[in-house]
Amino acid sequence: MKTQSILFLSLFLVAVLLWATTGRPIAPIYIEVPTDEETALSSEEAFHKMMDVLTHERCVNCHPSDNVPKQGDDSHPHYFGIGRGEHNSGYQATNCTTCHQTENNPYSGVPGAPEWSLAPHSMRWEGLNRFEIAESMMDPERNGGRTPEETLHHLTEHELVLWAWTPGVDAEGNLREPPPVPLDEYRGAVEKWFEEGHKIPSK
Amino acid sequence: MSISFKVNGESHTVKIDDVNTPLLWVVRDILNLKGTKFGCGKAACGACTLHVDGEAVRSCSYAVKFVEGKEVTTIEGLGNKENPHPVQQAWIEEVVPQCGYCQPGFIMATAALLKKVPYPTDEDIDNNIINVCRCGTYYRMRKAIKRAAELSSENMETETQKS
Repeated sequence: MKTQSILFLSLFLVAVLLWATTGRPIAPIYIEVPTDEETALSSEEAFHKMMDVLTHERCVNCHPSDNVPKQGDDSHPHYFGIGRGEHNSGYQATNCTTCHQTENNPYSGVPGAPEWSLAPHSMRWEGLNRFEIAESMMDPERNGGRTPEETLHHLTEHELVLWAWTPGVDAEGNLREPPPVPLDEYRGAVEKWFEEGHKIPSK
Repeated sequence: MSISFKVNGESHTVKIDDVNTPLLWVVRDILNLKGTKFGCGKAACGACTLHVDGEAVRSCSYAVKFVEGKEVTTIEGLGNKENPHPVQQAWIEEVVPQCGYCQPGFIMATAALLKKVPYPTDEDIDNNIINVCRCGTYYRMRKAIKRAAELSSENMETETQKS
């Protein structure tokens, strides 16, 4: 009888313990993540992120206002008197491809990408602020007749534009500075701004 | 990796580990054509200028991989003592060189210019002939470029009359 009582008591204690461990409310173990709505940039934020890139010298150096390409982080005039020429790619026998190939040259420090050339004169950005650049960029009279879709493609897919994120080394072997926004973030911001109707915020 | 191309009309295949090796070093050190000079190595001075498919390029900044299947002309292939290119002839007539080191690059740049602009103005020369000569032979070069344009024109007239 005593043995039966001990066995019964043991079973009771085990049952109580099981209830205690499984029946108690468990403290929540999860990380609160922001929703898409919370992380999404507003159109204006997307605009400014995009323009942080487009006003960087990696972009503006090839959108000069005076037909002289610019070089370097200080945007000095291109050495050797190089100018736009008739077709935005230098002069008749000394042109961009005399020195610039389709990729960066790690030995000479000469940068390169497909279609290395200046933006046409109508697309001059040098000296403009971010709002004026955006107006120019979206104006078919000045952007080469591009539709918004074509402008979006140029900004996010054109190899010459994307070179800015892999600018290679300069003549001293030092890495050139890329734009201040990582490429994926930039692309996202550009796409967002176009999706939202590419409205230029008030200045 | 093997890269095949023509130099001065002759076919060559070179085996090279680093396909980014500047064409200059392949031409000078593998093909032993020493007329093309190393100057700055930064595509700045133009001493290394040669032609790839007829276009002037700075060979110190031209990866050899890009020359696959193309035709290269160096100063050795432009002309020779018996039959100089009009630019070489003009250089002799105007006694252009001083030390001479940079002159092959200038001559190649000028030959490329005359193909595009047969009668270059001073402005054309200023825009296109941007090589560097530390002896300062620019004045004689300018005269020689204009003389070369005359000689090229005379040669073309002679060839036209022959045909």
